[in-house]
Amino acid sequence: MTSRMLANECKLRRFDLACLRPRGRVTCGSGHKQIAPLPGVRGQQGDMGTMMTLRLGALSTAFAALAATTAIASCPIESGSIRVLSNEFGALRAVNAAAADCAGEGVEVVLNQTTEHRDLQVAALTPNPAEYTSAVVANSSIVPLMNEGLIRPLDDLIAEYAPDLPKLNQVSVGGNVMAIAFMANAQHLYVRTDILEQVGKEIPTTYEEVLDVLAAIEEAGIMEHPFAMNTKTGWNLGEEFINMYLGHGGEFFKPGTAEVAINNETGLKTLEMLAALNAYANPDFLTFDSNATQALWESGELAVAYMWGSRGGGMLDDEGSTPEVVNNTKLVAAPTVDGGSLPASTLWWDGFTIAKNISDKDAAATFQAMVHGIGPATVEANQSEAVWLSSAYQPGPQAEGVSATAQAGAKPYPMLPYMGLLHTALGNELSAFLQGQESAEQALADVEAAYTEAAREQGFLQ
Amino acid sequence: MPHRTFLWFILPSLAAMILFIFFPIISVVIQSLYVEHEQVVITSENCGPFGCQTETTVDLEATQELRDAQPLGRFNGLGTYVNRGHLATQELATAWAESESLGAFWGQVMNLPFYRALAFTLTYTFVCTPLVLGLGLAIALGVNGLPRVFRGPTIFFSLLPMIVTPLIGSLILFWMIDAEGIIGKSLQVLLDDPELSLKASPTLTWITLIIYGVWSSAPFAFVIFYAGLQTVPGETLEAAMIDGASRWERIRYVVIPHLAPLAVFVTLIQLMDNFKVFEPIVGFSAEASAQSLSWIIYNDLRGDTQRFGSAAATSMLTIIGVAILLSPVLIRTWRDFNRKRV
Repeated sequence: MTSRMLANECKLRRFDLACLRPRGRVTCGSGHKQIAPLPGVRGQQGDMGTMMTLRLGALSTAFAALAATTAIASCPIESGSIRVLSNEFGALRAVNAAAADCAGEGVEVVLNQTTEHRDLQVAALTPNPAEYTSAVVANSSIVPLMNEGLIRPLDDLIAEYAPDLPKLNQVSVGGNVMAIAFMANAQHLYVRTDILEQVGKEIPTTYEEVLDVLAAIEEAGIMEHPFAMNTKTGWNLGEEFINMYLGHGGEFFKPGTAEVAINNETGLKTLEMLAALNAYANPDFLTFDSNATQALWESGELAVAYMWGSRGGGMLDDEGSTPEVVNNTKLVAAPTVDGGSLPASTLWWDGFTIAKNISDKDAAATFQAMVHGIGPATVEANQSEAVWLSSAYQPGPQAEGVSATAQAGAKPYPMLPYMGLLHTALGNELSAFLQGQESAEQALADVEAAYTEAAREQGFLQ
Repeated sequence: MPHRTFLWFILPSLAAMILFIFFPIISVVIQSLYVEHEQVVITSENCGPFGCQTETTVDLEATQELRDAQPLGRFNGLGTYVNRGHLATQELATAWAESESLGAFWGQVMNLPFYRALAFTLTYTFVCTPLVLGLGLAIALGVNGLPRVFRGPTIFFSLLPMIVTPLIGSLILFWMIDAEGIIGKSLQVLLDDPELSLKASPTLTWITLIIYGVWSSAPFAFVIFYAGLQTVPGETLEAAMIDGASRWERIRYVVIPHLAPLAVFVTLIQLMDNFKVFEPIVGFSAEASAQSLSWIIYNDLRGDTQRFGSAAATSMLTIIGVAILLSPVLIRTWRDFNRKRV
């Protein structure tokens, strides 16, 4: 198979071993922990009609089997400017620091790492020259940049400076590579094996089993509020609905339109499940973000929780918790729900983009620096910080949840121009229902009304 | 002061006001009348680490053409003001026609984001403002009655709630009222209710926010009143004492009338400040139970898609709200002013 044919075929498949191998070389990723695939997920029929095969036995093997490429990006960079806007967490700090190391003398380096990056990015990349040469984004935050045409296609830069960059890392939109993904993330279950043993239950694989386990824990009087998920009103709560709704096999929009389609039976079931789960959560659950749920988990007050994989490193380290909690914490796939076959979760990538409104020299400098930033040295030094999409990555226990969720066929978070509007509407309009102040029907009608109004204002609906 | 001198005197500040307040408000008015262009979307095959999906993207060239033709967007008139996210005239009419009782109608109204936020904003304003006035006066009288040596340190400590940044102050309290925090746990033990959570119920959240509001604003009223107390004429007080007035009577008939103009000032500022309540909602993560007009504006401008038209309309409604709130006080002041001039 020629590499061109291979590349074409790879477009159709996800996590296909052939696509993950370096060109002309076969690397074997043995020696890593194998995660058994969930039954019934091979050869899933994709919703868009594309057959997506899952030939791969284990995603963790896939990460290790990635191309062991050394890009042609050369450090130190002699000229240009590197100005990066990114979110703020450990893995990105490491990437940015490594990218900054690539700058030679006289090369300007500006790193702005902030959790408010989404609010800055459009305004910052609009002027010419743009304030930043690169914005580090995720599936959702790349959309506003693309809507405004503020990032450039990377195909030429890849051909020149990183021809061996695996397909897996390339995020393409309509045939143009628009971002280079370097880490994966998803929400999935965290379980306490010791508590499960106490009540004599297996690790749950469906949400119905989760409810069963939670009932048993409460009945046994082990914990008052054994469950938590990130349900803080706003973005977090919206994300939980989206995950659960996908688990129920729902479609967010009427096919081919921006008309929302969540006000239906699937939406009701989704809300009922969220309410049933949160009946086992602390009554403060509408204020829970990742920091809150991680603290609860580390304090040993939870037995089952649905949290981000990127928190795994922090929860499994020896800080902030007791050995009893840490040694019994296990990260497993997101459960399925209501007899569905896909895990109720969305897959996320984090990656870098290059601004459009900058000189080609700055773009080349930034691209090379960022390729260096996500290189093997960064990954090797920060193994536990993220689920890296890199050949240098040795998946540890903190990656098991994300790997298992991806491998079970979870869908990526939709990259739709109007998805953010729906996400906001969901985040704002569902809390009254979860507080028991309004019906599920009313909550869904409110979401529909709020989204429709926003989409009209933004010009997506007439 | 002759009018001419007065004009020169305020010119620098007037220029700054026009440049930084008046023009931006005009810009906000204009933005509130427009909505975004129609977006031209095309289907595209998007691929990433997790496979390929058929999705849609915005057709940049086609959208750019629309933008060049109409840089401000589509004219929407007052459409944004009356839509569901703002005054919701149509939804109100439907709710009125369909509701069988006033209670049901009220329930429908409270389901609309603008009115939900307005209800909290007004409650907060009208409960906080009098409490701040009362508490501020009480602290000022208390401090004024202390021996001189203790006054300095007491004033400093009384001012602390105002010195602390509002967001930090509310975050600290947020952690303290957590079910695991010192206040939250103490309340559970005192009230013998292990399920009690100040963050879980809307009512308790409102009470928490109001208490926080009073706590953080009282020092402002205190400082003003304390300064005013230093100017209370000693002769009048002595005369009142000779006439046999008790301490309470002296406060009621001498001190309070003397401080009345200051009270008007504090009321004005507090009404304005409280109507714009924002930081505590973010600090206390209270969005689920309490939203204010300012919070709605913030929410519109945050996240992946910014809704400038919607935020502009809410801003204008907030300005109108402040104007309505202040009008009784302003009219009164204007009348007093005219009376004195005559």
